[in-house]
Amino acid sequence: MLKTLRQIRRTGIVTEPMPAPDDALRIRAALERRILGILGRALAVRMVDAGSCNGCELEVHALTNPIYNIEGLGVHFVASPRHADLLLVSGPVTVAMREPLLRVYEATPDPKLVVAIGDCGCDGGIFGCRGPSLGAVANVIPVDVAVPGCPPSPNRLLAGILAALDASAALDVGQEGRGRAE
Amino acid sequence: MTLKTWLAASAPLAEDPAIRYLRVGAEEWRRLAEDVAASGGRLLALWGQDATAGHPAVFAAYHTAAGLWVGELRRDGPESADDPYPGVQDLYPFAGRMQRAIRDLQGLRSTDPDLRPWLRHPPGEAYEFVRVEGDGVHEIPVGPVHAGIIEPGHFRFSVVGEKVLRLEERLGYVHKGIEQRFVEFDALDGCRLAARVSGDSAVAFSWAYCIALESQWRARIPRRALWLRALALELERVANHLGDLGALGNDAGFAFGLAQFSRLKELVLRATETAFGQRYPMDWVVPGGVARDLPAAAAAALDRCLADVVAESAVLRGIYDEHAGVRDRFTGTGTIAPELAARLGLAGLAGRASGQAHDLRADLRYAPYEELRPAVCGAVAGDVAARVAVRFDELLESCRLARRILAGLPAGDSRVAIVPPASDEFGIGAVEGWRGPVLVALATAAGGRIRRCHPHDPSWQNWPAIEHAVIDNIVPDFPLINKSFNLSYSGHDS
Ligand code: SF4
Repeated sequence: MLKTLRQIRRTGIVTEPMPAPDDALRIRAALERRILGILGRALAVRMVDAGSCNGCELEVHALTNPIYNIEGLGVHFVASPRHADLLLVSGPVTVAMREPLLRVYEATPDPKLVVAIGDCGCDGGIFGCRGPSLGAVANVIPVDVAVPGCPPSPNRLLAGILAALDASAALDVGQEGRGRAE
Repeated sequence: MTLKTWLAASAPLAEDPAIRYLRVGAEEWRRLAEDVAASGGRLLALWGQDATAGHPAVFAAYHTAAGLWVGELRRDGPESADDPYPGVQDLYPFAGRMQRAIRDLQGLRSTDPDLRPWLRHPPGEAYEFVRVEGDGVHEIPVGPVHAGIIEPGHFRFSVVGEKVLRLEERLGYVHKGIEQRFVEFDALDGCRLAARVSGDSAVAFSWAYCIALESQWRARIPRRALWLRALALELERVANHLGDLGALGNDAGFAFGLAQFSRLKELVLRATETAFGQRYPMDWVVPGGVARDLPAAAAAALDRCLADVVAESAVLRGIYDEHAGVRDRFTGTGTIAPELAARLGLAGLAGRASGQAHDLRADLRYAPYEELRPAVCGAVAGDVAARVAVRFDELLESCRLARRILAGLPAGDSRVAIVPPASDEFGIGAVEGWRGPVLVALATAAGGRIRRCHPHDPSWQNWPAIEHAVIDNIVPDFPLINKSFNLSYSGHDS
């Protein structure tokens, strides 16, 4: 126990300042301002791997390390879509993951913000969009923000999440504005 | 027959005397599998090809004391393609799923009885799980989408109370058609796709791909480039082991471990970025060498970072060892005894924690490991604690190797130009990645197009073992057991 405490003290606080939201990443704005009032900055995120090479997940994991400390920003990962405000989805969406992804989307309560991550989530990336690969996340569910990169760095992921929040705060677009991209 | 007789019947593949290639008939296909098993050898990979690659065939790659073997059984001759080829599941239990995958992808069927699809998920068709009947037995379906930040797959538990009677896995959810995708790439460019078969093993896969390509194109790679590749491979091992050690602590209810190890991992990733330009070096190992040489300043920073990792992880290992709660969760959990491991063909890190002392770096001694002489780490208990211990040992050993490389990096070029020959070629490359033996089989056409490429992740060998490891454990220990193997879904499903 003493060793543990000593190690904690020695390590100290290593968290770095957070990056600014990157509005260039915004590809779709769709939420009413009042919803953000409810959300504030406490954001529940559900991660869905819809077919990635697992590289994107590694960088999402990094967000939870003490250096990026995403929980310190009020963003936490939840185990069920029913508790989620935002879905973080990596791609390319595979044929076998199409149904499960749709089901997760249906189970997520409004406002369902969706951030597609990685080149694969944005447009199919290196795996393309053919055969068992359905390509972009937006081919299956509506996407608010897409974060390119292979994999995107933790800071870019963070900027993308913040952009989705800001997008939802800044624009007054009703639910009708969210169509299926299929 | 013994392996000696096979040796006489075989030819070196791509002029490499350590890789023997054999064209076999159906009967020999089976006998070769038997003789390799009898000699204590192991199956590394099994794959198929259809007429688009020239002719339908199944291939097997074996690893024996004499080196690597590749057997090819063509299915376009008198033994027609509709005729099942002899299955080898009785000799190598994990071969069953690979045979099912060959049927999914190439339509070639083995004589083994399980004909359920494996990588393919036919829409609207329910998968037939094996049912466990009995008093008080109930089923718990988990996935494909999981609670944590992990890849998708389905697990079907049959339990009594908290105790697991049986686990059946259903994978293939992240099957992206990588093999089909490969043929749309030029061979010099296909390396980028290979690196993304399993992102956490990008260096292992891109290196194995390069070996397959460079050997069939008879290219000689500068020594400096080989050392740099080994540096990247060892850093990949360090980063993954750090990540897993933290996650394992967390799964045992010790969040302190996650905070500490994930911090160390981040430091290694940053040092990796300074050295190779990418946190995860996906595009750094390239045909002919490496994409860019190591900046001088990066070498010093990297060495300091590794020295820190060694010092810090020694402290953390002491804390893990002394923590009663952690020790209790790790010890005796998810055990694969050595005899079972041998029968299942358990590979890589998990195999070494169950007494299977295989490590391609030491066994094949491919360059530069014949100079670097890595120590093979291992344990025999085969439980979560053993897999943790092997990770700690390998972490140290990889730090040692990486620092040795930094100190003794040979001078010279880090990349040479390589050109395709005017003929069709075929080659394989095998590398011991952090998870286990990664193999890439590659066939190129004159001019440099890819005819066929099969990337094989060691998760194929080890996924079936998890079904055994959880028996008689309690359901809440499954995440811990699963993490202690940390297998790739993407690498397996490809
Ligand atoms: S974007 Fe890159 S890291 Fe992410 S899933 Fe695609 S290939 Fe992997």
